[in-house]
Amino acid sequence: MILDSKIPSGPLEEKWDKHIMDGKLVNPANKRKYEIIVVGTGLAGASAASTLAELGYSVKAFTFHDSPRRAHSIAAQGGINATKNYQNDGDSVYRLFYDTVKGGDFRSREANVYRLSQVSANIIDQCVALGVPFAREYGGLLANRSFGGAQVSRTFYARGQTGQQLLLGAYSGLSRQIGLGNVELFANREMLELVVIDGHAKGIITRDVITGSIEKHSAHAVVLATGGYSNVFYLSTSALNSNVTAAWRAHRKGAAFANPCYTQIHPTCIPVSGDYQSKLTLMSESLRNDGRIWAPKNPGDKRPADQIPEDERDYYLERKYPSFGNLAPRDISSRSAKEVCDEGRGVGETGLGVYLDFKDAIDRLGEDVIRERYGNLFDIYHEITGESAYQQPMRIYPAVHYTMGGLWVDYNLMSTIPGCFVLGEANFSDHGANRLGASALMQGLADGYFVLPYTIPHYLAEVPREPAPPIDHPEFAKAEEEVVNRTKALLENNGKQSVNSFHKRLGKIIWDKCGMARNKSGLEEAIKEIPALRQEFEEDVRVLGAGDNLNQSLEMAGRVADFFELGELMCRDALAREESCGGHFREEHQYEDGEAKRDDEGFSHVSAWEWKGKDQPQVCHNEKLEYERVKMVTRSYK
Amino acid sequence: MKVTLRVWRQKDGNSQGKFEEYAAEGLNPNMSFLEMLDVVNEDLIEKGEEPIAFAYDCREGICGTCSCMINGKPHGPENGATTCQTYMRSFKDGDVIVVEPFRAKAFPVQKDLVTDRAAFDSIMQAGGYITSRAGSCQDANAIPISKEIADLAMDAAACIGCGACVAACKNSSAMLFVSAKAGQLNLLPQGQPEKDSRVVNMVSAMDEAGFGNCTNQYECSAACPKLISEEFISKMNRDYLSASVKGLFSAKAL
Repeated sequence: MILDSKIPSGPLEEKWDKHIMDGKLVNPANKRKYEIIVVGTGLAGASAASTLAELGYSVKAFTFHDSPRRAHSIAAQGGINATKNYQNDGDSVYRLFYDTVKGGDFRSREANVYRLSQVSANIIDQCVALGVPFAREYGGLLANRSFGGAQVSRTFYARGQTGQQLLLGAYSGLSRQIGLGNVELFANREMLELVVIDGHAKGIITRDVITGSIEKHSAHAVVLATGGYSNVFYLSTSALNSNVTAAWRAHRKGAAFANPCYTQIHPTCIPVSGDYQSKLTLMSESLRNDGRIWAPKNPGDKRPADQIPEDERDYYLERKYPSFGNLAPRDISSRSAKEVCDEGRGVGETGLGVYLDFKDAIDRLGEDVIRERYGNLFDIYHEITGESAYQQPMRIYPAVHYTMGGLWVDYNLMSTIPGCFVLGEANFSDHGANRLGASALMQGLADGYFVLPYTIPHYLAEVPREPAPPIDHPEFAKAEEEVVNRTKALLENNGKQSVNSFHKRLGKIIWDKCGMARNKSGLEEAIKEIPALRQEFEEDVRVLGAGDNLNQSLEMAGRVADFFELGELMCRDALAREESCGGHFREEHQYEDGEAKRDDEGFSHVSAWEWKGKDQPQVCHNEKLEYERVKMVTRSYK
Repeated sequence: MKVTLRVWRQKDGNSQGKFEEYAAEGLNPNMSFLEMLDVVNEDLIEKGEEPIAFAYDCREGICGTCSCMINGKPHGPENGATTCQTYMRSFKDGDVIVVEPFRAKAFPVQKDLVTDRAAFDSIMQAGGYITSRAGSCQDANAIPISKEIADLAMDAAACIGCGACVAACKNSSAMLFVSAKAGQLNLLPQGQPEKDSRVVNMVSAMDEAGFGNCTNQYECSAACPKLISEEFISKMNRDYLSASVKGLFSAKAL
């Protein structure tokens, strides 16, 4: 396997423009002859599908949801970054680029991040034109807020529902194209296999989750915008149906999987309350603009928050990172919360929680201003916990939130399978070892609106101009048979234990051993435990019901089966990466003050893993990260 | 705590359905309603019975997937909350709870508690957008929009497309949904060029999909988990009237 990043030559500022000029085009009359499959209708998928259709390609959009509008991008709360510099506070393309590279702990690809920063401003223009109701000031201009890892205010937002509003914007554009007949929508379809013919991605196999019918779809290119894999942990802030299957099936067909161990633990989520819990709920990072994080100074201090005097409180982020304070990046804030709880200073019934306190902000600004900024978040908190954050501090604890790792892609967003493109959270490229807040929405829309539409013609213009392969091609039959057999095996397994019970057990292994802190012996244990659990799953999982109608246990069983293989790879990746960087913290590699110790000599590379067959360990290929512009330094937020 | 569930079970769209009774025991009042159904399903799997199919995804009240009729109310007893954000503390120990799918001609049942709400998508495809090609837009701050209008548009945009409004209406009208969607765009300056065609096309798609008429009783607004105001329905009626009158006289812009 050869990893050619295809980064254009020339100065950083000119790479993207040069690349657009150097690439081939598809002439307007020929575009409709190209069929493109887009899997997933979140920010990346919906924006890509609608934009490709606007350009004239024949697009087929797939979602396992009943409607494209339900994709999990919808749950993003806080905002979207862009280098508009509307605040006159010194923001620029270079500054967002630098913040993102630094935030990612110097483990992302410089050229990709620069391009992301360059197109970020266009995204805001596009979204406003589509009618996204961003927050505005009294004069009618757009408002901004601050986010972690930045010292400028560059985050655009729509109350606490920015993801929903951006997704609805992208969905409205997609809906228009569906109405015009330029996009054919396949809702309720789960992609279960990628079809590769002569080394090129040429189609997918789907299951209609309502009728159970297994279908074959062919195209000239396949775009995967299928999101991240946080649900390998069982409990995460992802929607319950989010899964890795589409990406994993591509991996098994030859797409390298990059940096699987880079997972983001978000510092401000509502703590776990019981073992019946099905998911964790995020409290937007934007709350850290006005909330102060603290824990009692003394271990075992169980007094209610309002009875702990000021001098017995430890505002630990402000103490440890005075220049960024409560806006320290996510990985650092999460790890600090864990340290505090490990020292026995955690709050709440379980001791796994710290306070996020708005008292000072309410005293300073008044309750109305806080309600205006965060009202719906305070409502969510109240609905879930029954407590009012206007009267007492929120209790928060870190939870799995985002996965920076994903399918390896080159500068064109193409995976190691020619013709298979990967966008948004499903790829690995822009966030390095840690993503900054409000950058996921930016990347999803950048990929879909402004990157893929420019890069996909480079590929299409190179392949012979002939119709997409017929679906009676033997490779389609083979892929279909694999899906049918897998489905049948699950239904006929006749085991005793539910899919959910296996998923929980897998999640616990990954959280304990490949979560916020990792070490060699834990990872080695996990690498033994996961295949054993997978075998138990294969022998003893119970999937009731039939294959010819809606069967949620069957859907989940297929996803959990793939999570086992992914989970094992995450642990192998974490074990191989003998350094700490971003969301990957190896206990063996830290400074005396507990800060992460990176090893640029040994690990300044992307680890891209190649599938070698079931029960065979994957092989790792390295893509060296060359920093032409940025000087790698120890990341400091002090 | 413990409750008794009467749950609608229906194999698929072509089969007859009926209520089945299940005991849900050992519950924690802090469980969400859907987590309670998870527990019931685990018990059913243990017993070898097929679990109850119900729609869910984000479980934080924003994706609009969950859609149960609980004791005759869409999303259950709490105001302004989805089913996934309804907690067992809203019920009493020993309660009997009736759980059904949303009922409407335009939302056929697919299985148990799951309905097909694609009709909403077809309305959006007819006009729920502003035509704006990627790459063709001016600077985002070129059109100032007063905070009042932006906030109103945001109030309408908070709709999660769950369909509770339709389920709550005795006529299965989709007026609250359509008016929120059209209202958001029709309020904004960017939405003005397509204002008339938008409202006419969306209303016509709504009628075609089999939704009923509005009789101004606003059960929809009361049942809406995002508390979308019925005032958007009045706005849509005004926009529709204005567009129809112009259409009637084939009024030209000149």
